[in-house]
Amino acid sequence: MLELDKINAGYGRAQILRDLSLSVAPGEILCLLGRNGAGKTTTMKAIMGLLPLMSGAVRLEGREISKLPAHKVAGCGIGYIPQGRRLFGELTVAQNLEIGLRAGGSGREVLEDALDLFPRLRERMHQRAQTLSGGEQQMLATARALCVRPRILLLDEPTEGLQPSMIAAIRDVIGVMRDRGVGILLVEQRIDAVLSVADRVAFIENGRNLETLEAEALRRDHRLIETHLGV
Amino acid sequence: MLASLEGAVTAAVLALTAIGLSLVFGVMRVVNVAHGEFFMLGAVLAWWVASHVGGPPAVGFVAALVIAPLAVGALAALADMTVLKRVAYDPERTIVATIGILYILQQVTLMTYGPEARPVEAPFNTRLALPWVEWGEGGIQLYWPWGLSTTSYKLFVIGAAAAVLVGVWLLMARTRIGLLMRATQLDREMALAFGIPVERVYAMVFGIGGALAALGAVLIVPIQQAHYLMGGDPLLLSFIVVIIGGLGSLPGTVAAAVLIGLSDGIISVFFSPTLAKILATLLVALVLVFRPQGLFGTGAK
Repeated sequence: MLELDKINAGYGRAQILRDLSLSVAPGEILCLLGRNGAGKTTTMKAIMGLLPLMSGAVRLEGREISKLPAHKVAGCGIGYIPQGRRLFGELTVAQNLEIGLRAGGSGREVLEDALDLFPRLRERMHQRAQTLSGGEQQMLATARALCVRPRILLLDEPTEGLQPSMIAAIRDVIGVMRDRGVGILLVEQRIDAVLSVADRVAFIENGRNLETLEAEALRRDHRLIETHLGV
Repeated sequence: MLASLEGAVTAAVLALTAIGLSLVFGVMRVVNVAHGEFFMLGAVLAWWVASHVGGPPAVGFVAALVIAPLAVGALAALADMTVLKRVAYDPERTIVATIGILYILQQVTLMTYGPEARPVEAPFNTRLALPWVEWGEGGIQLYWPWGLSTTSYKLFVIGAAAAVLVGVWLLMARTRIGLLMRATQLDREMALAFGIPVERVYAMVFGIGGALAALGAVLIVPIQQAHYLMGGDPLLLSFIVVIIGGLGSLPGTVAAAVLIGLSDGIISVFFSPTLAKILATLLVALVLVFRPQGLFGTGAK
């Protein structure tokens, strides 16, 4: 269980998140929805310890991970798939995955498992990450996070700019991880994509919680989305 | 021939010093103005160690070769943790901070070591006469003209520098710590998000950078003498080399060091050292105008 307890965070003196609270249970997909600049990516960075919290706490299974130095957060079992993939471009596929394995203290079997989910990466192990296609890069970014052996996965717009077959492949893997009991925090712009996978949807605006609803309720009544997003 | 050998010695030492500067800039994005003082400290410590270790000069030299880079590396790592970390590696503030470190190191050396230039005895220094080729009666003949000679020590400097450079390359390309350093260089934030202790990597890189400068200095003191102001020239030349080679590019740095070192040697012998510096600076200007990312740089992303 990942919990964000009234966190305040921002860049320098510009505060982005204000008393934001969220929780992600094992085997659940929580989707974060909000307009551009609402603080979705900032929330993920705050969880990873990449932004110092001004107040509040991030807890993973009761342990306060926001007190740890940033490089210890991944090792607690949080896999981060950042927006824009952010691979180590000049390193090979194998080296990118090795960094993930090292972060999680995981062994070969974790790597094999990640490669079984993305067989295409196996053929490209010694290729530089920046020479992969967009979809393959997203696969690598996902596999890198899986190598951490995560209990919680953070996905920041994983399907941005991908072709439909790739989107389906990524979504399948998200489903597999959910069924294994991994808690998933997903940021996604496309509402139809959100509704088909999410268990719950948390709306945020200006770094504050608006409302958290069961996805089922949104699927029944699309007007709820319009009122919260103002689209 | 002689000129290019002299140039090769300069190039070898310059490559070591510049690779340290380039590594620090590449991984940490820190312009280390105090780099020349790490060089100077290496030379001064080499003298100190060599004069405190008894026995034949070779023993003192080998001790200096080990102790001086380690001591300077540790000092550099300490400077990183106490100073650079505090200014959050902000590009402008690190420049000012390293200028401060420069003066502290320089003046402390002046206060303790004094203003004299002191030599370190080379471990071996046999003169080697060099053959020259000439058309004589009945074809090519080798002969040994008077004055055309070098010392075994100078050849050793070139060999040792090449070996260290290969070592640095292996460290970066083949080892796990090299992998962590490259990952940190490519994306600091993602390195943190994937469990890489970036602060420790930074301290280590800064330490290695300082140690490489010191190592270059230990190699050069038997030829040049240790002096508290000797850090200026290597700093300037290292910057020239790093700019020409491409910031953060290790092969570029080595290639540029060879280019600048050789041309410096050759031009200094046939014309004047000032002209060599002028040409090197002109080359920097040309590179900056026509290829701002450097000869081997990949360009801004």
